[in-house]
Order: sequence, then C-alpha cells, then structure tokens
Amino acid sequence: MTNKDQRPRVLIVDDYPDAREMYSEYLQYSGFDVVEAQNGQEALQRAVDEQPDIILMDLSLPVMDGWEATRRLKADKRTASIPVVALTGHALAGISDGAKKAGCDAFVTKPCLPEDLVKEIRKVLDDLASASTKKTRRSAKYGKNTIN
Amino acid sequence: MRLLEGFISRTDVSDTAQHALQWIGETLGIAKSICLVRPMGDPALFAAGQYGFTNPAASSFTVSLEEWGNPLVNALNNRKEVFFPGAHSAADRKRRPATPFDDDAAFHVVPLGVSGVGDEAFGLLLLDGRASVTSELHWFISVFVQKLDQILRQQALTEGDRKQGRERSLLYSIINAVSDPILLTDTEGRLLIANQRALTLFTASEEESEGRRGAVRMNNMLLSSALSSKAIEETGARRRELLLVNPADGSDLVFELLSTVTEDPRQGSGVVSILRNVTDLRRASEEIEENYRKMRVAEAQARAESDRLNLIIDSVADPIVVTDASGATSLMNEPAERLFTIPSGASEIEQRWVQTNDAHFSSFIAGMLVSADQRRNGEIGLVDAKAGEPMPVEAIAGKILSEHGELNAVVTILHDRREAIEKAELYEQLQHAADELERKIQAATADIAQQNELLRRQAIELEQASALKSQFLANMSHEFRTPLNAMLGYTSMLLQGVAGPLEAPVKRQLARVESNGRHLLTIINEILDISRIEAGRMPLQASKFKIYDLMSEVRAELDPIILRSKLTVTMQLERDLPQLVTDRQKVKQILVNLLSNAVKFTHHGGVTLSARRNARDRTIALAVTDTGIGISAADQDRIFEDFRQLDNTPTRAYGGTGLGLSICRRLAQMLDGRISVQSQVGKGSTFTLTLPIKGRK
Repeated sequence: MTNKDQRPRVLIVDDYPDAREMYSEYLQYSGFDVVEAQNGQEALQRAVDEQPDIILMDLSLPVMDGWEATRRLKADKRTASIPVVALTGHALAGISDGAKKAGCDAFVTKPCLPEDLVKEIRKVLDDLASASTKKTRRSAKYGKNTIN
Repeated sequence: MRLLEGFISRTDVSDTAQHALQWIGETLGIAKSICLVRPMGDPALFAAGQYGFTNPAASSFTVSLEEWGNPLVNALNNRKEVFFPGAHSAADRKRRPATPFDDDAAFHVVPLGVSGVGDEAFGLLLLDGRASVTSELHWFISVFVQKLDQILRQQALTEGDRKQGRERSLLYSIINAVSDPILLTDTEGRLLIANQRALTLFTASEEESEGRRGAVRMNNMLLSSALSSKAIEETGARRRELLLVNPADGSDLVFELLSTVTEDPRQGSGVVSILRNVTDLRRASEEIEENYRKMRVAEAQARAESDRLNLIIDSVADPIVVTDASGATSLMNEPAERLFTIPSGASEIEQRWVQTNDAHFSSFIAGMLVSADQRRNGEIGLVDAKAGEPMPVEAIAGKILSEHGELNAVVTILHDRREAIEKAELYEQLQHAADELERKIQAATADIAQQNELLRRQAIELEQASALKSQFLANMSHEFRTPLNAMLGYTSMLLQGVAGPLEAPVKRQLARVESNGRHLLTIINEILDISRIEAGRMPLQASKFKIYDLMSEVRAELDPIILRSKLTVTMQLERDLPQLVTDRQKVKQILVNLLSNAVKFTHHGGVTLSARRNARDRTIALAVTDTGIGISAADQDRIFEDFRQLDNTPTRAYGGTGLGLSICRRLAQMLDGRISVQSQVGKGSTFTLTLPIKGRK
C-alpha cells in the first residue's frame, strides 16, 4: 500500500486544533503529505479514503476514542497494514499497554516536539521498509521518545 | 596735816575717834564733842571717844536704837544734821535727848556715814553748840567718816572670819561624831568634805598596804559611778544600795546611799551623801528570802502533784465529769464546766440550756448508779451552752470502786459527736460528688468515643479528599500539558525557521520562551509524579535489564547539558554485574534526576556514575559522585523533603521545583530501595541508590 506520490502521507487524528495544525504544518514542512481527522469516527473514514502511509492517533478523542478507532483500523483489511503511532498526554504506564493491546505500532507521549514526532514517524516507516525488504513480518519495535 | 598723819597709823575706832576729837578741839576750838559709833550688827550706839567732858559717864554713853522716839535715833536713821539749842524750861528739856551735854548747853548732831552709797549711817558726832559750822569742819567730817568707815569694815571682816572658823570646826566635830560615812562631793564626783568614817573607806595614804589602797580605789570608783548620773539628773534625796569593800579586811559592805543635791549660789552645787551600813540588815533579809523560797518550792512541789492531774483533765478537749456515789459532781474539767455551770452574767436562755444539760446528765448518771454495769456507753442530747446549738455527745462512764468494792466515784467522758456527724455528712457529700464525677467521666468517655468515631470518619473523608485532590492534580497537569505542547511546538518550529528566517534578537527571545516553557513542563511533570505517588496511581512495571545499558541511556539523555557544562562524566561499573529486575523506567527517572543535579551543582571537576554489587544483602548500589558545592551535614536530611532547596531565597542561584529528590526518595521506596547521601561542603557529594537485585513485581 504505497502512495503513488513520492511524499509519504500521514493521517493526523487529534481533536485539539492547535496541536493538530501544528504537527500538520511541520510535517508538510518536513516533506510529508498530511491528512487530518478530528475524531475516531472521522479517522476511520479518512484512512479508508486516503490510504495514508502512517496514522498518528491521539488516544483521547470525542465521538470515538483512539483505542477503539485503532482496534477497528486493525480489524479492517483495508487499513490493517497501516502502522499506527499512538499520541497521548497520559504518560501513565498503563496507557501504553492499552494502546499496544489495541494494536498501536508505536507510542509517543505528549508533549512532543514536532521534530521529535517526525523522527519517530521516520523511524517507524524505515523499520517497516526494512522489514518488508527482508520479507519477514515483524511487529515494529516500540520506540519511546519524550522531551523530558 | 597732823590729823591725817595721825589717822594713817590708827586701826582702832576709839583710838581714831579720840585723836580726831582732840584735833578739832585744839584746832577748831570745839570745846566739847562726843563720837557715837554703832558696831556692826549691834542695835545700839556706843561712845567711841569724847573731848572736853569731865564727867566719866560721857565715855560710857550709849543710845539704844530701839528707842524710836529718841531724836538721836531719828538723826541717825534719816542722816540729817540737827541743832539742839540749850533748854530753859521743863518743856525744852523734854524735846532734847539725854546727852552728856549740860541741859542749858546747845549742841549739834552730825550723822557719820559714807554719802551717796545708800548705806546706813554708822555713827553720830555730837559737837558743842557754841562752835560755828565752818567749811573746815565739813572737810574734817568727810575725812573722818572715810577713815572710820575703813576701820569699821576691816573690823567687821576679821570678826566674821573668826566666827566662821569656829562654826566650821564645830561642824566637823559633829559630822565626825556620826558613825555613818558622810561625804560632800562636787558635781564631778570629786570629794570635797568627808568625815572620819568616810575617810577610812575612801582615802588611803602612800604608806598603807597595797590591798587597802586597791580597796579604796575600788570604793571611789563605785561611789562616783553611783553618784555621777544621780547628781546631774536628779535633785532631792534618793535611797539606793551601794556595795563597797571594807579596806580593813576586804569583806563586802552593803550601804544604803542617801544623796542630796545642795544648791549653793556661791560655791556651786554639790552632792551630800550619807552611807548607812546595812550589811547585817541585808544578810538577815537574804536569809529570810532564802527560807521563803524554800517554803515556796516545797509548796509548789506539793501543788504540782495535784496540778498535774488537773492539767491532764483540763487538757483533754472532751468534757470529763467525776461524780461521787450520791450522784453529786465532785470534779469537772474546763470543757465540762462550759456545759454544766452557769457563767456569770448568763442570760436566761443560757441558764436554761445549762439546766437542761444538767438534767440530762443527771438522769444518765442516775441510770449508771442503779445499774450493775461497770462501764456504760450512751448518747446524751446536750446543748452547746455557748451557741445554743444541739450538741449530741457520746458518754462513756466508768465506775471507780474502793478495795472493798464500794462505789467511790463515776468518771464520765463526754465526746462531742457533732464533728463526727459533720464528717459523715461531708463524706456523704464527697461520695455524691465522686458519683457525679464518675458519671461525668463516663459521659466524657462516651463523648470522646463518639468524637473518635467522628474523627475516624473525617480521616477517611480526608483520605478520599486527598485522593481526589491528587486525581484532580493529575488531570490538571494533563490539561496544562496540552496547551504547553502547542506552545513548545510552535516555538521550536519558529526557531527552526519553518515560517522563514528570523532576526537574531527574535531568535534569542524565542529561545527564552522555549527554555521557560521547558522549565514549566518539568514543574508540571514533577507535580504530576508526586500526585500520582500520593494517589497510589503509580503502578510498577518490572523488567530485567542491564545496568550498563540503563546508565548509558541516562548519560545520553543528559548529553546536551553535560556538553554545555564542560564536565567529564565517567562510568565505573564492576565486572560481572547481574541484571536488575525492577521498574526500569523508575530507576532511570531517579538516575536522570541525580545526574542532572550533579551537573547543575558542579562547576569544576567531574561526575562519576558507578555501580557495585553487595553480595551480602543482594543489593546493587548505583552512585552518582560529583565534585560540586556539597551539602552540610545539617542539611543532608532536609534535602529529601518536598519543595526543599537549600537556598530558599527568591534570587536563588539554581532553578528547580525542589521536588526532584523528594520524588526520587519515594520512587526508591516504591522499589524497596533507598537513597542516601554523603557530602562535604566544598568537596562534593555522593548520592547512592541502593536497590534489591530482584525487586518485587
């Protein structure tokens, strides 16, 4: 599932406009194609429609939260292969577990500087690329990167 | 001049008068003259000399001054010259005084006396009436008067002296005849006159023995001390006792001293003292006194016995009454008297109280007398005869029997029961109060139990409130971080030039925004950590990991600030360290905190991360050692307290919330480990995190 466009496409799901738009702006600046969604429900639709290379998922969302949305994405054949990076302000240990169970491929704690987020996205995409090169399906390694 | 020459040598009145009369007879031609002189103190005029009289009676002519009608006496008293003409009839003769002059011969009477002095005339000069009174005669009279006056005075003086001498010797013989010593002393106590007896006591000559002279000195001292105060302070006779030493044999002599102050205007005042020997009298009186004393002692001893009994009875506070076999009172002590005798001046009601008491007591005794009991106890309702209050008494009576078994007396002791009754009442009140107190204590205890229950509930509520607070803080921290995320993100983007290149000052200012935003984030994170720990919402996730990996990660995380500080950070790890099984994230958080502190507080030198194994208690010690400013011993405990930075001033040199070490300590405790510090001011500090090799899951 690759985009014909050379620029990798990122779906950002966040209900907080300032954060969403900030990441969006920086990702575009960093050479990504960006698609946005404000809640889990919208994210499902967008993922199917836009076929992004990676999804950046805030976990606490209105209408449908991030865990539920991730579970559904992973359950849908059309979107199951798209890696999901969970993005949350809840730095509690239990949350990353929940995210992992829901099928997230990586986990990033807010606050997260735009450049750190970009690093993480690139890392996930590279891992995925090398894994498909080896023809071996392995789950992506968890990476953790916080400002502090 | 012959007259004056004749006067000089003459000292006798008649001789002088004779010479003078002869002189006027021959010189002035006064044929007949008589000089009458009054000797001092005599009540008559005597003829001191005559001239020209043949009749021998003229030489012995006298005039008594008591003849008031005599013109001669008048002339003398009035100091007046009188001329008597010759008498020619019987009436004339009557007017003339009798003189040696013939009846028909006239004569002058001239008084003799020093003029102007106020003295009486001391004599008269009778001159022949045929002679004329010339100035020469007057001159003669004045000279004659002076001479005569001189002689008379001289005579009077010698006569007085003689008389005094006689009187004095008479006085001496009188006082010497008195057997008691008599003394006259002046006001200073000096001896003026003493009689023979006194001299033996108070004077001693040089030849006499030393003992006698000593006794005399002593006596003088005793006497003057006895008199000194006396003579000055008092007048009039005083009697007092004076103890002296007999110079003859050294024995004591007791005198009664009578001293009288005499006031003599010429000689000054003195003290006349008469000493009466009362030695024997004193001895007798002492004997009498001694006998009297012995008698009194004997009497007192006799009385003491009976007094002792009375004293014992009287000293008993309880009334005691002794009654004889007939029931009559034979003895009672003072407390009993107050109950059973009517005091003088008692009112009618008081009398009645005593009578009532008497009646009650009598009936008690009567009962005792008729009964066969040896002893009897009973209660009598008496009245306090003073206050009129009811006075219940306990009566204890005992019979005293003679050796033949006959009743001699009954002794009754009455004991006032009022105090006992009062005590019983007080005890009851006390008991009541104690019950009351106990009730109150029980009530209070129940109250306290209720309070405790209330407190327990409040504690639970507080705990819940605290948990809610922590939850709230955790939520708030999350809410804080969302906008902070945007702020930090946009700042970072601006600094990277996402919106285009920036001027240097703008870049500098944005860098400030960024560093402050990061600081705020740290604070929020630490508050969040503390809240989570307190709320028990900090779950542990144990995993197995290598210490080297963890330490490298910690150093890598702080690489930017280590580079800025220009310090060297080295790692010293023992070989063959086992892997740790514990919450890796928490251990990392602690080490990051310790290392960032070490870098922050060290200006020179370096920081060492070390790890060594303690096989004995299966622990690993992870230490961060710096060469920084150090912490004084007193402050080493306090640094682990919440919000504690040693420098609490607003302008403190080092940033931070002061929560870092507090969080580290709590995290270490959660991991069953501990954090300790060793430090020396100016030398550096070592913070050691000790953890079990295998922590709990």
